[in-house]
Amino acid sequence: MQHELCERDEKQGVNIITTCADELAKQQRSISVAEFFEKNKHLLGFDSPTRGIITTVKEAVDNSLDACEEAEILPDLYVGIYRQISGAFRIVIEDNGPGIIPEQVPLVFGKLLYGSRFHQIRQSRGQQGIGISAAVLYAQITSGTPTRIISRCGSDTKAYEFLIQIHTETNEPDIQKREEIAWERIHGTRIEMVFSSTLAAKKRLIEYLRYTSIVNPHARITATIDEEELVFDRTSDDPIKSPQSILPHPHGIELGHLKRLVSDAEIPLASFLMTSFSRVGEKAAALICSSAHLSPDVITKNLIMPEITSLLSAMQQTRIQPPLAALCLSPIGEPLIRQGLEKEFSLDYVAARTRPAAVFSGHPFLIEAAIGYGGLLLQEGNARILRFANRVPLLYQQGACAITTTIADINWKSYNISQQGLPLGPLIILVHIASTNVPFTSESKDAIASIPDIEREIRLVLQDLGRDLKQFLSRRDRKKADEARAQAICAVIPEIAMIVAKTIEKPVPDTAPIEGRIMKKLIAKKRTEDGIVTVTIDNYTSRPVDLMAYAFLYGELKEPTIQPTFIQDKNDEMTVVWQIHLPDKASWSVSFRGTHTVTIDLRGIDETKKVVIDCDI
Amino acid sequence: MTSDTKPKKNGGKPGTNAIQKLLAISERWYSQMEQGEIPSISLPSRTKNNLAFDNETEVWKYGEREHTRAAAQEKSALHILRMAYVIWFIKQQVAENRSSTLRELYYISEGWKRAKFTAQNDSNMLIEDLEILTDTQREFFHLRPEEDGASIFGPLKLREETRRGTREIHCQDDVGEAGYQIPSNVEQIECIGHDADFLIAIETGGMYARLIENNFDADYNAILVHLKGQPARSTRRILNKIQNTCNIPICIFTDGDPWSYRIYASVAYGAIKSAHISELLATPQARFIGVQPSDIRDYNLPSDILTERDIGALKSELTDPRFHNQYWHDQINLQLKLNLKSEQQAFAARGLDFVSREYLPARLSDMGII
Repeated sequence: MQHELCERDEKQGVNIITTCADELAKQQRSISVAEFFEKNKHLLGFDSPTRGIITTVKEAVDNSLDACEEAEILPDLYVGIYRQISGAFRIVIEDNGPGIIPEQVPLVFGKLLYGSRFHQIRQSRGQQGIGISAAVLYAQITSGTPTRIISRCGSDTKAYEFLIQIHTETNEPDIQKREEIAWERIHGTRIEMVFSSTLAAKKRLIEYLRYTSIVNPHARITATIDEEELVFDRTSDDPIKSPQSILPHPHGIELGHLKRLVSDAEIPLASFLMTSFSRVGEKAAALICSSAHLSPDVITKNLIMPEITSLLSAMQQTRIQPPLAALCLSPIGEPLIRQGLEKEFSLDYVAARTRPAAVFSGHPFLIEAAIGYGGLLLQEGNARILRFANRVPLLYQQGACAITTTIADINWKSYNISQQGLPLGPLIILVHIASTNVPFTSESKDAIASIPDIEREIRLVLQDLGRDLKQFLSRRDRKKADEARAQAICAVIPEIAMIVAKTIEKPVPDTAPIEGRIMKKLIAKKRTEDGIVTVTIDNYTSRPVDLMAYAFLYGELKEPTIQPTFIQDKNDEMTVVWQIHLPDKASWSVSFRGTHTVTIDLRGIDETKKVVIDCDI
Repeated sequence: MTSDTKPKKNGGKPGTNAIQKLLAISERWYSQMEQGEIPSISLPSRTKNNLAFDNETEVWKYGEREHTRAAAQEKSALHILRMAYVIWFIKQQVAENRSSTLRELYYISEGWKRAKFTAQNDSNMLIEDLEILTDTQREFFHLRPEEDGASIFGPLKLREETRRGTREIHCQDDVGEAGYQIPSNVEQIECIGHDADFLIAIETGGMYARLIENNFDADYNAILVHLKGQPARSTRRILNKIQNTCNIPICIFTDGDPWSYRIYASVAYGAIKSAHISELLATPQARFIGVQPSDIRDYNLPSDILTERDIGALKSELTDPRFHNQYWHDQINLQLKLNLKSEQQAFAARGLDFVSREYLPARLSDMGII
């Protein structure tokens, strides 16, 4: 009975499976990329409506900056986000880039995985050509409206306006409108799309723009975000030199890519290696060939699969010079990072370092970092961490990023910074990784993968900066203590003056010069006695000072003991100037005939560092 | 009206002079500040290292070492501010012919905000600094300590300028059983006559009263002075005055323990805290009468065993220059050997009259005084 049951069950089972397979076969068909991403929005950073806006802005801004960089134009970007009556948001991004020729516009915006940079080996923000078309798709899904694009390529061409959507089934652009229009820009691109979204992440969006401005000091970004006007001005007027493409490095190539290159090469193997890869010369080519047991003269396209495999492993094992990072990477540079941070946070201290380029798996990369302290930063809480990859701020998944974990692994206490996992206090840590192939953990480009070579470089640069920070902190603490002491004394001195004057029944003396002396300032005194005006300048600071002493008098300057550097005469009102170099602790003095109507001043020195006293008053 | 004591030899100065000297300090600060300089003041360093025995006057004084306090340091600035306030205060007080105690000064400083004293010791020290700077005693600043000086009983006639007029007092005839009370400001007192052969300064009130009761003063023409333990400045000052005006032998009668020997030393040679006025306060002619360690042995006095602190004090006295002579070395070594100490009143074990009838006459004749 049991047996029977089993048999029957088996038969039925077979039937069920065949039916299922048939059914399945009917349902199976190829999926378009567009369809795939429609369903997997999170892979591209469109996982929520809040994030959708940021990702869209980010993709558009990245594209604009990349385009401007290639054309060596100083970027002028406008980002606008307007709340519609319907509750949706209209997003506008406009740049002054080189523009896109009309034939390309539908492909760039209306087709996923269409791009110019995917096959190039150099540092760039965008790579795959997914981002902006994904935004178009997202607009289409959430609000059903097509994306409006205006682009113009120069004064001798017309501007074109497009309305574009994407056919999700075929991943082909659906051009709803293509029209020549008049546009005031000579070159540039403007895109407009409407989202059903929220502006809950407004703060983060502003942060993104601010951070973008920090690492792109050559860009000016103007923004209107839900009626709030923002300007992130440029701190540098030099357009960045666009990094050049380089050939793949033998250490950084994978089998599939190699196979494709091989199948196209109708030249001997040695010349193939030398012309298709960077840093391979005759010697390296010969080494690779011999270690792969292949003749350097064999025609490359004739290699069979096992030969290609051994060629690959020979390429990876042979010692070859690292790729030329200087060509394909474009670091921001220490001065510009410092300026960028200072501009946004008015820091008390900031230092930046650019490490020499290094290589991971054949990909050149370079780490830049900066540490800032004080200023507008919050006293309490974790240090602020700014992560950048190829000049693009990374806003999400901070905890999963190799930059964050490396920061947390450093012992900050040895640099006088408290730490609970991450360092604490009014601290900002900026890390920028520039690479021809930034190893992100996912396609949404939020976090850097944990690669030991990269982590080591990050650690080295931060340790270097940490040591400098420690020096600054201890110097500052010492200075603070000195200042506190000096201030305490300066509070007591006037009281001494008051009570002493009261005791001996004389007017209270002016204690400003004494305070200046204690506070280590520059003190100028003017005193008139028997028709002789004497100006004395004492440098109580700890540094030599270059300054100008001004005397204002009526009539001629008579019998000066030191000739002035120049005299300006204006209706008998004389401005007499002495240019003085005064070493620290030194004193300078000049006398001339005059009356107590003479007034003096010191210029060319910080106001807080000088005390000018008229003893005749 | 300012106090009007006549100049005395040994550094006594009229009050107006004292005030002028004080004001000179303020004036110096004023001119320093007028010239844009940081106010400063130089003081002899008041540490044991800077104590030197002055062979000429045979007292301990501050040495040459000085240190300058400039208002460029927070602590020194406050010190100068306090000093400036105190000078101002003293000027007012003397001008109004008022006086205050050191304790009162401490409380008055409450109203000086930043300049107020945090502890009375600070204000006392500061007054001592001013004494040093002006070479004047605080009495001329109209400042006095809380505790009154001790008392005097014996054939001595004094004239005291009191706030209520001049008084002439005979320390046997015009006083009660407790004797004449030494005021805190001894500068107003003059010795105008005496009928004494010598003076005995006594550590404890019990022994002082015993000698008065036993008529010792009358029987031996002795002036009795009650030291009240470690003597106050005024007590030491009056001993110095009596020595200088009456020129009679002065003996110190204390308990027989190391701490009492120090009482003797401070009367005879001066104390560290007041080394700046040692020549006014110390009486180098004063001699030690007892209780000597040898008395403990010779009279078989009731005694206590030395504590460890006693032994330590005795040993440190062996290296103290003030005790650096054969007499003290013999006595101290004997005491360490006996390991005993006795009080003055221990003589009572041999009868209440023993000390006045037997012990003191014997010691005084040993010392060649009677």
